[in-house]
Amino acid sequence: MPNNKRFKIPIGPQHPALKEPESFSVALKGEKILGVDIRLGYNHRGIEKACEERTFIQDVYLIERICGICSHTHSTCFVQGVEELAHLEVPKRGLYIRTLIGELERIHSHLLWLGVAGHEIGFDTLLMYSWRDRESVMDMLALLTGNRVNYGINTIGGVRRDINPEQIRKVLAAMDTLEERTKYYVELALEETTIIQRLSGVGVLSHDDALRLGAVGPTGRASGVNRDIRRDDPYAAYPDVSFEVVVDNHNDVYGRTIVRLKELLESYKIIRQLLKNLPEGPVAIKAPRKIPAGEVVSRYEAPRGEDVHYIKSNGTEKPERVKVRAPTLANVQSVKYMLKDRFLADMPIVIAAIDPCFSCTDRLVGISTAENRKNEIMTWGELHDYSIGWYRKQGIDFGALNKKLMKRLRPDT
Amino acid sequence: MEREEQIAQELISRFNYLQDKVRVARQRRIFAEVSQEQFKEVFEYVQQRLGFTILCTITGLDEQETFGIIYHCAHDNGTMINIKTRIPKNNPVLATVTSYFPSADAYEREMIDLLGIKVQGLPEGLRYPLPDDWPADEHPLRKDWKPDRLSRHQTDRPVASG
Repeated sequence: MPNNKRFKIPIGPQHPALKEPESFSVALKGEKILGVDIRLGYNHRGIEKACEERTFIQDVYLIERICGICSHTHSTCFVQGVEELAHLEVPKRGLYIRTLIGELERIHSHLLWLGVAGHEIGFDTLLMYSWRDRESVMDMLALLTGNRVNYGINTIGGVRRDINPEQIRKVLAAMDTLEERTKYYVELALEETTIIQRLSGVGVLSHDDALRLGAVGPTGRASGVNRDIRRDDPYAAYPDVSFEVVVDNHNDVYGRTIVRLKELLESYKIIRQLLKNLPEGPVAIKAPRKIPAGEVVSRYEAPRGEDVHYIKSNGTEKPERVKVRAPTLANVQSVKYMLKDRFLADMPIVIAAIDPCFSCTDRLVGISTAENRKNEIMTWGELHDYSIGWYRKQGIDFGALNKKLMKRLRPDT
Repeated sequence: MEREEQIAQELISRFNYLQDKVRVARQRRIFAEVSQEQFKEVFEYVQQRLGFTILCTITGLDEQETFGIIYHCAHDNGTMINIKTRIPKNNPVLATVTSYFPSADAYEREMIDLLGIKVQGLPEGLRYPLPDDWPADEHPLRKDWKPDRLSRHQTDRPVASG
């Protein structure tokens, strides 16, 4: 084939390399991308319409299921809008717990992203490391809410579960471990030549283009867009905590990596403040079934950027309209721009670098053990031990680091 | 609320017809209503003079006889102004705002598919979010639309019921 020939390759909607259905039509000349058409909507489930046919309280649970990764993002964004409509004064302790779960969610999301990014550049060791670390934050989410994903802790008027001193102690211990690990990743990102060379100059989005195209979240902040809803339009307990908005000027995938890693360190800082200053008192107040007529716009800084909900009530128990703008939709234009005139081989990491949302809703509760061949329900602790024992039998021992980690997570064993 | 009141006052003194049409709902939240004819000048003024340089999203509302369109514009300082305009349902035509905000592309296509609004001046592109073989005159976010309407078109592919 002559190398100046242009051709189009379709990727998706069903494609083994994609984590969720979406369709890219890539126009190529040789290895160079001339342009990309992105077709979305394959995951559209009509949730906005469904919300109009359900009550406000039912919608909390439906909206939480928009996304498996940032479920708390959507439920918080929704309930705080409804609370504003109903003029509810949510108890401070409830707001603090809501914020705590939100930051734990950011940590699990960023660590998940780090693993995916490592995988996309062929650095699967990083995937194994960061996803193992992510397990400790997943354990904390399960400990505090009862669920690994779709936490179900939010309700209109506050949260559904209180937390106790024992849980606080465990969360703080997990933060210490994670902070130590994250510092190692920051060091890795700043010094490891492989990472620097593979990610620098890839997926370039200049500061002006980021502003013009409306990039949000870490994608924008890595191009010097100093915006963070937690600081600019504070909600929940954010007026009470101090943290830095991480901004970077690399304008590329490397910058997006640095921003997310440093944001992890800020999240640990926020969580320590929240737990140190956790107010006493109730965690929720009773909300009316019928929500007074009115309209409200609620904003939330999701791990991927700004999440916006518009809620209109007509005075009944069902909303007149619920509109959701998740952050990925705001970043689609930027992706098209980043890919233009770049190499096809960079496409996976450039797309992964905006951290597009895909569901991670797996939850394992029962397994068949090979030894006795009967079904049994394992606790999280047993499951942990089982997996470690399994690897040990295969001759793999994570060694001293693992022991240290387990000791921090479960000092009682 | 001082900053918000100032913005409201500035809008009203610049555009007389906005008298009683601007409402400060709370800290950092302003709502304004403007007719289709006057929309462009107010929208440009808010973006270019008042510094609301972020378009968060566009919401389309089915209001029986009309469609309400709300442009949610935000400022770097966290303030948000929600500019609402109305178009008649029997002639639902809007001008695109993609020349001001390229990211409006997805928000406008969403209104085309889900509410059946026509957007003039939108650059060529793929539809969003409904399937390519979705019947042309079915717009699910309209209030009178129910999922069973799809069965009228159903010939060869299964559609989930209920």
